[in-house]
Amino acid sequence: MALKAINDPTMPAGRRNGVGAVDGPTVGVVETRSFTFAEREQDYLDLESGARLGPITVAYETYGTLDAQGSNAVLICHALSGTAHVAGYHDQLGKNRGWWEDAVGPGKAFDTDKYFVICSNVLGGCAGTTGPMSVDARTGQPYGLTFPVVTVADMVKVERALLDHLGIDALLGVAGGSIGGMQALEWVLRYPERVKAALVIASTARMSPQAIAFNAVGRNSIISDSNWRGGHYYADGSAPAQGLSVARMIGHITYLSDEAMHAKFGRRLKRDELAYDFTSEFQVESYLDHQGTKFVERFDANTYLYMTKAMDYFDAAEAYGEGDLVRALERVRARLLVLSFSSDWLFPPYQSQELTDAALRARRDVTYANIETPCGHDAFLLEIETEARLIRAFLDATHKQS
Amino acid sequence: MRQLLRAGEGRTDLSAIVEWIEAGSSVLDLGCGDGALLELLTAEKRVRGTGVDIDLDKIVACTAKGLSVVQRDLNRSLDCFETGAYDYVIVSQTIHQLLEPDRMLAEALRIGRRAVVSFPNFGHYSLRLQLLCTGKMPKSSTLPFEWYRTPNIHLMTIADFERFCEERAIRILHRVDISGGRIRNSLFWRNLLSAGTVLLLGRA
Repeated sequence: MALKAINDPTMPAGRRNGVGAVDGPTVGVVETRSFTFAEREQDYLDLESGARLGPITVAYETYGTLDAQGSNAVLICHALSGTAHVAGYHDQLGKNRGWWEDAVGPGKAFDTDKYFVICSNVLGGCAGTTGPMSVDARTGQPYGLTFPVVTVADMVKVERALLDHLGIDALLGVAGGSIGGMQALEWVLRYPERVKAALVIASTARMSPQAIAFNAVGRNSIISDSNWRGGHYYADGSAPAQGLSVARMIGHITYLSDEAMHAKFGRRLKRDELAYDFTSEFQVESYLDHQGTKFVERFDANTYLYMTKAMDYFDAAEAYGEGDLVRALERVRARLLVLSFSSDWLFPPYQSQELTDAALRARRDVTYANIETPCGHDAFLLEIETEARLIRAFLDATHKQS
Repeated sequence: MRQLLRAGEGRTDLSAIVEWIEAGSSVLDLGCGDGALLELLTAEKRVRGTGVDIDLDKIVACTAKGLSVVQRDLNRSLDCFETGAYDYVIVSQTIHQLLEPDRMLAEALRIGRRAVVSFPNFGHYSLRLQLLCTGKMPKSSTLPFEWYRTPNIHLMTIADFERFCEERAIRILHRVDISGGRIRNSLFWRNLLSAGTVLLLGRA
């Protein structure tokens, strides 16, 4: 079990930036492709808010080969800050490692020798898929806050459009962690006939008020940055970096755990002596600084607002069961694998247990495991070995049954 | 939890259970281990099965068999299972390892229309002899552990269990005993000669 995150500042710089030796099997060098739909006004996508949106471009990557029957497709949905680049490298081996490279590839949890794996950037994202920083075709200007508020359901509708484009009628599996898990759950509720299995990892059917509170603080941090200017900051290149950075710092606190922080940083200082000032002195401070700064380079502040709002709104029980999760899940046809992590306090195990219990009451085929770990919410990106055993067994058994 | 089962006696109790379960019924296996019983029941009786176990390795094993299984501590509440949610609740080679066997049996008969229970018989003559002759806690192939480190914390005899059922108004609908690795339908001097027993229970 490794406590070190992929982006741990205590790791050598080469590894940290994703450049270095390639360890183990990999899908190799890959490219992000894109696909555009809803181009004519009559084809615009109907959003949950009532707004209509188009055209929509989706950035995606695929790995492995779709079999003749089209029965081996697995969609991976990314979390808050992810991209379509889940596996492999960009440009050259060792460079720009996929965000879940340890879990996706030949012989890995999502075995690309067996399965055709797809991952796309979500609607509202900032890594190739249409979002607030995209140019609104009607005005020729970036959307900014004129971009409509999107929900997890809207994200899933876009993913479905991508699959239609790829000629995939039904998925063997849809998987994701955190808000990616919400998408997986939305998939089997919205399109029950089109998915055989959902893997809902470190996620929930509805977020706790505590998690919503953290999202709200993150948004407030961005909005109160004077550079945010109502979300229209794209033109002159001065983004609300400070606000986004603080939002990310708060996020990272919630992704770890007390135990993980003890192990990673303890009370260790960057230097030997106290400075008696207000610079970052403790290692945990420089970790957060680093995470914040690095995030600003690659992420759009407005997307952070839209993504966290979509998480807050997600409520599977309300959307499909008038508040009753059991009733909501009765429409599910897919097998479910629910995974939680013992020290995750952002998406605590009890939420996964509630989801599992509701699925049992709805007489669904559900499997649940709570993986012991000190790594907190981040564990879904770190506890690959244990996760892999369950994911592989679950996907293989589902594939065999179908 | 079923790690104590040895090939001979262990698998024998499974075959008895398979016979009792109606085809197409729903089955909850509490302490399902690697899912061998549920796999058998799914293949032979087309049951809708759910397993429960605490051990992650067992969860993986069940998952690989394509079973529905949830990781949960049986010593905690089973409120998540609705009353009458299953036709059968199976507590096979598990009951003597729980903190509160009486509560578990009550729960099993709340959740299931019927309960299937199997356990090693501590009244077996070989165990009695060991205790009598050596004065030390007996061991057997099904009870191989030292007293200070054993999951078997609530050992009982068939006579104990029968009295328990009588007191709680639990009906014993079917029973078989295991002796010499074989299933016995009407074993004489059961409490003395049976190595383990399998019971189908119902509410009175």
